[in-house]
Amino acid sequence: MKLKNVSTSRRALLGAALSGGGGFLLSAFLPGLPLLKASQAQDTATGVVFRPNAFIRITQQGAVTLIMRYAEMGQGIYTGISMLLAEELGVTLDQVSVEAAPADPAYVDSVAGEEETGGSSSTRDSWIPLREAGAAARMMLVAAAAQIWKVPESACQARDGRVFHPADERSLAYGELAEAAMHQPVPAKVALKPASDFTLIGTSPRRLDTKAKTNGSAQFGIDAQIPGMKIGRIMACPVKGGHLTGYNRDAALAVPGVVDVLTLPDAIAIIGEHMWAAIKGMEAAFPQWEYGPNATTSIGDIVARMKKASEQSGVVAVKNGNALEALKQAHTRIDAVYELPFLAHAPLEPINTTVHIRPDGADVWVGTQVPGRARQEVADATGLRPETIAVHNHLIGGGFGRRLDSNSIGQASHFAKQVSYPVKLIWTREEDITQDQFRPYYYDRISAGLTQDGALSGWHHRTTGSSVTARWYPEGMQNGLDPDAVEGAAQTPYAMPDQLVEFVRDEPDAVTTLWWRGVGPTHNVFVVESMIDELAHQSGQDPLALRKKLAAHQPRALKVLDEVEKQSGWGKELPPGHGMGIALHYSFQTWAATVMEVAVEKNGQIRLVQAHSAVDCGPVVFPDGIVAQIQGGLIFGLTMALYNEITLKDGRVEQTNFHNYRMMRLNEAPDIQVHLVSDPDAEIGGIGEVGTVAAAPALANALFAATGKRLRRIPFAKQLGGEKA
Amino acid sequence: MRFDLKINGVVREVDVPPDMPVLWVLRDILRLTGTKYGCGVAQCGACTVHLDGQPVRACLLTVAAAAEHDILTIEAIEHTETGAKVQQAWLDEEVIQCGYCQSGQIMAATALLQQIPQPTDADIDEAMAGNICRCGTYVRIRKAIHKAASHEA
Amino acid sequence: MMSFRYLKNVMQGTAVFTLCFHGSMAFAESAPESGPDTRPEIIKRGEYLFRAADCAACHAAPDGKGLTGGRPFALPFGTIFAVNITPDKQTGIGAYTDAEWLKMLREGVGRGGKHLYPVMPYTAYTLLNDADALAIKAYLFSLKPENAPAPQNSLYFPFNQRWSMMFWNWLNNPNERFQPNPAQSEQWNRGAYLTEALGHCSQCHTPRTITYGLSSKAYAGAVQVGWRAYNLTSDKQHGLGGWTDEQLTSYLSTGKASGKGAASGPMAEAVEHGLRYMTQTDIAAMVTYLRSLPPIAQGPVAQTMATDPDHALSETARRGQGLFAQACAGCHLPDGRGRQSEWAALAGAHSVSDPAADNLVQVLSDGTALETGRGRAFMPGFSKAYTEEELAAIASYVLAHFGNTQTEIKPSAFKN
Repeated sequence: MKLKNVSTSRRALLGAALSGGGGFLLSAFLPGLPLLKASQAQDTATGVVFRPNAFIRITQQGAVTLIMRYAEMGQGIYTGISMLLAEELGVTLDQVSVEAAPADPAYVDSVAGEEETGGSSSTRDSWIPLREAGAAARMMLVAAAAQIWKVPESACQARDGRVFHPADERSLAYGELAEAAMHQPVPAKVALKPASDFTLIGTSPRRLDTKAKTNGSAQFGIDAQIPGMKIGRIMACPVKGGHLTGYNRDAALAVPGVVDVLTLPDAIAIIGEHMWAAIKGMEAAFPQWEYGPNATTSIGDIVARMKKASEQSGVVAVKNGNALEALKQAHTRIDAVYELPFLAHAPLEPINTTVHIRPDGADVWVGTQVPGRARQEVADATGLRPETIAVHNHLIGGGFGRRLDSNSIGQASHFAKQVSYPVKLIWTREEDITQDQFRPYYYDRISAGLTQDGALSGWHHRTTGSSVTARWYPEGMQNGLDPDAVEGAAQTPYAMPDQLVEFVRDEPDAVTTLWWRGVGPTHNVFVVESMIDELAHQSGQDPLALRKKLAAHQPRALKVLDEVEKQSGWGKELPPGHGMGIALHYSFQTWAATVMEVAVEKNGQIRLVQAHSAVDCGPVVFPDGIVAQIQGGLIFGLTMALYNEITLKDGRVEQTNFHNYRMMRLNEAPDIQVHLVSDPDAEIGGIGEVGTVAAAPALANALFAATGKRLRRIPFAKQLGGEKA
Repeated sequence: MRFDLKINGVVREVDVPPDMPVLWVLRDILRLTGTKYGCGVAQCGACTVHLDGQPVRACLLTVAAAAEHDILTIEAIEHTETGAKVQQAWLDEEVIQCGYCQSGQIMAATALLQQIPQPTDADIDEAMAGNICRCGTYVRIRKAIHKAASHEA
Repeated sequence: MMSFRYLKNVMQGTAVFTLCFHGSMAFAESAPESGPDTRPEIIKRGEYLFRAADCAACHAAPDGKGLTGGRPFALPFGTIFAVNITPDKQTGIGAYTDAEWLKMLREGVGRGGKHLYPVMPYTAYTLLNDADALAIKAYLFSLKPENAPAPQNSLYFPFNQRWSMMFWNWLNNPNERFQPNPAQSEQWNRGAYLTEALGHCSQCHTPRTITYGLSSKAYAGAVQVGWRAYNLTSDKQHGLGGWTDEQLTSYLSTGKASGKGAASGPMAEAVEHGLRYMTQTDIAAMVTYLRSLPPIAQGPVAQTMATDPDHALSETARRGQGLFAQACAGCHLPDGRGRQSEWAALAGAHSVSDPAADNLVQVLSDGTALETGRGRAFMPGFSKAYTEEELAAIASYVLAHFGNTQTEIKPSAFKN
């Protein structure tokens, strides 16, 4: 995620993109790309096309197409990135079309080090370079116009898709300038607009992707329709590590509409003319399995081993002062264990891949957060050279980290190479949940103390769990330390003179682990912010006041705390059964303070009354996008905190669909007020995961305020049944 | 088996098994992919279409049960007065994030407003609680329904 | 598979039960004295009777494929496994002679003299005539033999003493064949034979005596394996007196009836494995017979849905209303008619006005399923993701809203 050290300057991206030029970009014209037309201009591309860099294409007919290196999965990135490009290019958003980028090195996010949408990094990593890409293109267009008019460039202005020469009251449209602009040199140096001149950045325009999503025309990966395509249902061995031992081929083929039965060592696919044939064919095939070494693994075994592993010290992430000694001296001391469950992503669009493998190349139509990895998966499965494989990225019906892994694309390719036709392989919801790669289970031991006057006196946090980094990005490991596993624990908002943070790696049997929205902070901020709350209550201090005291050296922390205190009416008299809880965190370079108000009935029913979140993410590109992400991120996190856990019995995942892996519904969702108190001069922060991070600790602290019961294990809802409340 | 399906005002003949859910007929036979597959067990509402004006889950509606009835999908909802208002309200309130559930949300909201032009929050709760939005757009869905209702007058 | 749970539930406090099970059949020392009947018309007839006798409900493998048994029944006194009834000589019924077969079906005594646990409804099958009983055997012998030993039963003393069944049989098994009643029509007699001998309906629908024999209150309804088998007598309030012939016919042959709801749990299995395969003539005969059952006013009364069903919801039911909108209305709709399937209609169903809520608790906890002519109607169980308080609230709402029955279902009803 955002863990990679990149020494090259961000400008390298602009240079690379500029020099990368047309050769790579030919792939951008492959058919089947999901175009999202925001403009009326037709991108017919007759004549020449001005391609100043990998992100902008202007035809002589005047069609302006912006190429999106990030996947749109609801976070509004197509709009945000278009604003950055358009602001400097000098076009309005209704003049542009947007298009998903193909898998191509030109679209590598230089901070991530690969083509990737994740880690709340897209806007952060694009803030400078994509504005520069827009500005460079504008400068070339202006230079072209100046050359035609034989006037100095400084006498020209560019806006709304035209270059103006005010002195002579004449102008030329970008399309008319396309050919001349092609011959202009790429500027060596670009100057960006000062913030005071922004006309788009900082506004909330209509999102570019939403119109198509109101009328069914938006194309998600699962909607791909390729001529000659068949549709398949996959079933993989229900226990990881097992293999297929038998199935009834004849019965499956006897189902009307079934055309093929394909197998892999650990999975079977029934291919049909339509999904229903594939589903019925799978029932008829009735696959049998040898479950392998994990056949008896249950959640209790996994947690027991983790608990034992947590008793030994781990790799040290942070060591300041002497935490253990300070704890001995503490006036108030709390020793606690926090546990966080395995989590499925359960995006509403189930995992699917449409792929066509040919002897000389392949096409894959899919929604992915990592197009480069997707292409490599196809290459690995088929032996094809990556450059012969085109990845047509689609709108994503929910990512949340799931589509940062491409194992399903590799699996689909292994099946698809057995047939000559294009095939769409869909995981049923049951498959999507049971075969997911899960957010790790974490077993956290934490001890913390306060001095008599309320300062921290020792902080020892040892987290035990799987390392996603070690599997997904082994280069990111730091001498055995997984930086993600301690993100949000190693650095907290608080002054911790005596701090010891450790990581114990324990890889669970029977599951594969993966990133999940909010990554390390979603895990650690729950533990840290619950613990701060515990210390406040134990020492008789107001939880918000204690945070202010401990974060006094962080002016931006104080600002969001002040704002949320004011907006939420913190400290006001609440009705019986109500409680307010707070969480403060700095994640993805964004500061946020969130207050949650809950009401708990005698029967244990939890009602989410209202949430207030004060956010400082530095410069603001798309304010309404930020509000939407905080609202949605909170609901995503509250859903998890209340309801979600993946458990295993006899090696199998016990949750299968939304009746047993529960989702928050509209009639449970709280009102959520977001207050932007951004510092325009600060470093720009990410936003897509910030709300999710705040949810569990704010809720746990509110539930404590309402009931006096400290919940140290997620999920909460079943712990507050009537008899238990 | 052959069935005549009345979809968006047009009769389409399909030759499919009688227990085939309308969801897959729409998506895989008729290429109307706006109706989404989310769970297959009527828990999420992503596949909501109208059957004679009632919101139903296409994933469990068999083609045999739907034949001879009027089916309306997201692709044609703009041709209804209420549907167009709902779509506009969805855009005005910027409800949508990933959008995968929103076909179903819009179909459910349109049916609600067709039956109750001025719904209370309780009416909205009852009509919309069956539609899951994983992105958590619920706050705005409620607002957008009230907004669409205010245009109803 | 909901059956496991309902069996587990019933068995609490009940010494014996009527599903037909035997112990180890791993003895194939003697060859059958006569070969199996292989006449196609007999096999075909046997298949029909096999369906009518609902054998597959218990003997189908847990994966639903084949009659190899193996389905576990966890009872308070141990676990019993259904046996393989394919014609495999070692592990199935392949070694049975006709005489041994009839003795097993009628007396509950298997090959080698081992007493069956009164799992087999042999107290019903004992009514079968020779031709029908042997036709079923002929059908089973026409199937592919599958070598699939049933797992060893694990019963505690004294239940592991098979001889103890002799006493029970003496008390509860008349061991007589069906005798037509000359005073009744041919259709009535056919219905009686189908209902009593093959369908063994009384085994669930007639209350039990203290020794678990059938009481004299025939078809007055009873709770079996945690599910309530409703009153089938002609009583208008409690039984089937208020049903039209059309409703009854539809319910038996499809598992649902307009205005009467759908079958769930064991009744759904009876429809799925047996009743839906029966001819309309036979269904009509059963209807005729059921109509003649003397009324007994016992058990819950089926209510009709109120016109203003939510006028007086309790606080609990109100909570249930919100949960119903989330998790249930996708199929059931608050209007009682079902959203996309008639099998999801709740209005008029006996189960939604039974204040004891036995069946409601079962379906909410573990779900139910029914293969229909229009695909599989099913409901998943909700106990994994919803608290006992929430499930109780849903049940309270369903009773009030659909069944006009104001009662507070206790969360403890949903304890496992």
